Amino acid sequence: MNNFQYSRATDVADALSQIASDASAKFIAGGTNLVDLMKYDVEHPSRLIDISHLPLTKIEETTAGGLRIGALVPNSDLAWHPLVTERYPLLSSALLAGASAQLRNMASTGGNLLQRTRCLYFYDVATPCNKREPGSGCPAKEGINRINAILGTSDACIATHPSDMCVALAALDAEVHVAGPNGERTIALVDFHRLPGDTPQRDTNLDPKEIITAIELPPQGFSKHYTYLKIRDRLSYAFALVSVAAALRMDNGTTRDARLALGGVAHKPWRNPEAEAALNGQAANTDTFARAADIVLHEAKGFGRNTFKIDLARRTIIRALTQAMNGTPQSQSSKKIA
Amino acid sequence: MTTYIGTATSRVDGRDKVTGAARYAGEYGAPDLAHGSVVNSTIAKGRIRRIDAGEAMKVDGVITVLTHENRPPMADNDEAYKDDVAPGDGSPYRPLYDGSIKFNGQPVALVLAEDLETATYAASLVKVEYEEQPHITDFEKQLGKAKALPAPAKPRGDAAKAFAVSDIRHDAEYYVPVEHHNPMELFASTAVWRDGKLTVYDKTQGVQNVQRYLCGVFQARPDEIRVMSPFMGGGFGSGLRPQYQVVLAVLGARALKRSVRLVLTRQQMYMVGYRPAMVQRIQLGAKTDGALNAITHNATTITSQYEDFHRNETTWSGLLYKSETASYAHKLVRLDLPAACDMRAPSAATGVYALEAAMDELAVALQMDPLELRLKCYSDSDQHTGLPFSSKSLRECYSQAAEAFGWSRRNPEPRSMREGNDLIGWGMATGIWEALQVPITVRITLTANGHAEVACATSDIGTGTYTIMAQAAADMLGVPIDNVTVKLGDSTLPPSPVEGGSWIAASVSNGIVTTSNAIRDELLRLAETMPNSPLMGIKTADVTLSDGSVTVKKTPRSTVPIADIMRHAGVDRIAQEKATKFGKDGKHAHNTHSAIFAEVKVDEQLGVIRVTRLVSAVAAGRILNLKTARSQVMGGMIWGIGMALHEETLIDHRFGRIMNANIAEYHVPVNADVHSVEVIFVDEQDDIVNPMGIKGLGEIGIVGVPAAIANAVYHATGKRVRDLPITLDKLTRDA
Ligand SMILES: Cc1cc2nc3c(=O)[nH]c(=O)nc-3n(C[C@H](O)[C@H](O)[C@H](O)COP(=O)(O)OP(=O)(O)OC[C@H]3O[C@@H](n4cnc5c(N)ncnc54)[C@H](O)[C@@H]3O)c2cc1C
Ligand code: SF4
Repeated sequence: MNNFQYSRATDVADALSQIASDASAKFIAGGTNLVDLMKYDVEHPSRLIDISHLPLTKIEETTAGGLRIGALVPNSDLAWHPLVTERYPLLSSALLAGASAQLRNMASTGGNLLQRTRCLYFYDVATPCNKREPGSGCPAKEGINRINAILGTSDACIATHPSDMCVALAALDAEVHVAGPNGERTIALVDFHRLPGDTPQRDTNLDPKEIITAIELPPQGFSKHYTYLKIRDRLSYAFALVSVAAALRMDNGTTRDARLALGGVAHKPWRNPEAEAALNGQAANTDTFARAADIVLHEAKGFGRNTFKIDLARRTIIRALTQAMNGTPQSQSSKKIA
Repeated sequence: MTTYIGTATSRVDGRDKVTGAARYAGEYGAPDLAHGSVVNSTIAKGRIRRIDAGEAMKVDGVITVLTHENRPPMADNDEAYKDDVAPGDGSPYRPLYDGSIKFNGQPVALVLAEDLETATYAASLVKVEYEEQPHITDFEKQLGKAKALPAPAKPRGDAAKAFAVSDIRHDAEYYVPVEHHNPMELFASTAVWRDGKLTVYDKTQGVQNVQRYLCGVFQARPDEIRVMSPFMGGGFGSGLRPQYQVVLAVLGARALKRSVRLVLTRQQMYMVGYRPAMVQRIQLGAKTDGALNAITHNATTITSQYEDFHRNETTWSGLLYKSETASYAHKLVRLDLPAACDMRAPSAATGVYALEAAMDELAVALQMDPLELRLKCYSDSDQHTGLPFSSKSLRECYSQAAEAFGWSRRNPEPRSMREGNDLIGWGMATGIWEALQVPITVRITLTANGHAEVACATSDIGTGTYTIMAQAAADMLGVPIDNVTVKLGDSTLPPSPVEGGSWIAASVSNGIVTTSNAIRDELLRLAETMPNSPLMGIKTADVTLSDGSVTVKKTPRSTVPIADIMRHAGVDRIAQEKATKFGKDGKHAHNTHSAIFAEVKVDEQLGVIRVTRLVSAVAAGRILNLKTARSQVMGGMIWGIGMALHEETLIDHRFGRIMNANIAEYHVPVNADVHSVEVIFVDEQDDIVNPMGIKGLGEIGIVGVPAAIANAVYHATGKRVRDLPITLDKLTRDA
């Protein structure tokens, strides 16, 4: 870990002016990812601008009937907020599937979006890694890639985005509110994270001079037919091998509005409009679910140790859609799979 | 006499631990404390060409950067580096000794600074240039080059021939990956410098081992180095041998002539010893009634290029199962890794896994109940020696655990038991460990006011040694447990070997009996000249110490307060220090046993495995403390879940480097993975093993558990996974 300056931002404007004046400064919120990365010498910020005291901790209803979640709402507060558990239980469930209670208490909504990949090579500065050091190579491709991506990979990088929360947000069509030197803008969650392409060092489309201020959810919460099903190497406190956020609007056994997002498989929460379209208007059953899964995984590519994920993802999609259809969402406290 | 022994006494150090009053090696300070941070190699083999510490030295607060080029002198011969637990063959690793690189992550420089943050930052600035040489860390690739070790045990008959004509044969290979100990406490040493002498607080399972080792390495006089380790946050074998941080801390202190603290990082905890990866081939031949007639157990395990660590995986079968013929072989593969070392039930956790998984496969081939097969092959003697066991209550273990588990309701057909999406599997296995004892010396000081101090240089590695020592002393001296002070973890105390192998509870408890008897004898001797004493002419064996008095066993009213005896003798305390040795009885085998039953539920489509029930019945002689004993066994069982389903150190052979060197990616079971865990202690009286009939419980908890779970997974799914850990992808793969 390097020596760094520390300062506290008093408001959003102050945070923006501080970050504008120091090219290698970073915001710190809960610190649960950034501090680890600093300890591993992956990140070397010259300055930490502490935004954890900014007044971005509210969860409010929007005039459109949706929900606006401040960027500094802790993951645990968000997971247990009555409006979320009642109207967006998918989001609550995804949050509770992630990390541990202690980490969720510290982790912020904005920080969760910006957490970095868990690729083993990214964390070890003794090895090459294109994401960490552009141009140095990607040892994961032929290496220990059990947790790496099967969709949207590039020659340069096969990392995944590890967040659970973001998978639910992607399914829910959330939007990210950001503020920057040129004012405020909104980015759709599905466009927020990038595919690695030949710039794997860039995880997201957020400009380093911008700050996330809030997440907005549209009114449709899919509170009846939803599930977040996360498959991992132990029953809790592990990142997803594959996770599926499934949400359906059902009408007499027919799927009307299907949402299907995958985690642990790509550099971003993975949604496939074609697969969703293939479900819409169709009878909800294992056959249609399997067809949707096939569409999602049509272009999936394994790299040896992670190839099993393709089949696992297929099975997980089918099960998740079944759970959603039946209204039997996966419990995050009993680890038995429904 | 036994008020405390055998009861569920709470830990006497529990309060200190939960309130933080108990201090660990990295928590000691000194006014002149400097902080260390280690730079580790990033290659697996080669030489250091150049170390550039220029940038590091420029950082404000850095005191010095020690490397093999500028360090203070260290011994130059292997003998000096051989600690009590060092393997016989090879040259022990010498930290910061020269420019050769023997494994990835080897320490190459020690940065010393005024504070930890500065040391850590400066360490990241040290540049090392290497002359790299080709390395090999891939076990599989080197299997052909394995070196055969002398036969681990004498063969019986011609196993190959017998196997060839057996009615039923099973032949398979079992794989265990490299695993790491992952104790909660990081390796840490604080070397406190005072007038040229050092008190070293170290995380270790043996203070005197470390003390002798340091004196050897630094050619110091015994009185120049004292090693303390009053508390330890888990060792599991990783702390049996001195680790490199203690050498570096002392090196730093000698270089600076001031105190130095060095705490390894979690990542660095993976750059020390580990449980060796291994392939075991087991051949079992049986008659149609299940009687074994051939056992072949061959193991190939890994170690470093410089030291040949290995234990005996293969010989457990000769203790467990009757077979006319048996053959054993052990080979070693040398890799460019640190030397392997002991880890919880070394050789048994692994060897018995393979044996018990193979026995399950044999039972399937025989269409026989796995428990029935074990009973059919039950051995009443150690077949290596032909000796009977001092006690063996394994039959009771089987029956009590099977009863508690409900084994009789098992449908033998794989995939036959279901519940919703889950396949249910029931599996079982046997566990075994040695009942060992080691020579030990205990000093007891009993004061006239009824307080006792018990002292011995043993360790409490978290198992509850403080507590059982206090229990034994309180009972033997007849004082309340609160009046007993236990001193341990200090190299200046009476001698004790390292704490390991499950031998300390038996050794130190019997040691306390020996010394307490000496106290009793001394009291009687002093009482002899008391006027009108009812103890006059009474033999020592005929009295007990209870309620602060010496009492004649047969006539309890003949009693004299200890305080009166001391007053009469004009002393305010009696101190005795006695060595206890355990003669080899030569007529019996000494072992602990267990029977483990496991239930798993496996989601049929997704392969997610849950261990929903574990029952273990343990026979280990006298149980000193039901509470700490149960915790110890439970811990081992939970570790067995990890070994079966989660644990694996991942090495990228291109770099020869461990890639999941953190506990986020090296998985051990978390609370959600642990469901019902039941421990049964089977009554077992053993008057032979040692006077108190104690056999030890440190290791037995884990032994057999991985096999019981693997066997349950087979029963649930019909899929036999022989390479641990059993991850969900292995249930759906083709082979
Ligand atoms: C052991 C472990 C296990 C975990 N398991 C899981 C899991 O299973 N599932 C899961 O989803 N997550 C998991 N996590 C990750 C955890 O969810 C994230 O670390 C956390 O959400 C990050 O939030 P934070 O506020 O602590 O971010 P920080 O560490 O403070 O920041 C992360 C990044 O975001 C930036 N940042 C933070 N807030 C803002 C903002 N408002 N605007 C702009 N930039 C910002 C920071 O500059 C930094 O680059 C785990 C973490 C650990 C350590
Ligand atoms: S997958 Fe991406 S993060 Fe991992 S090593 Fe390759 S480039 Fe680095």
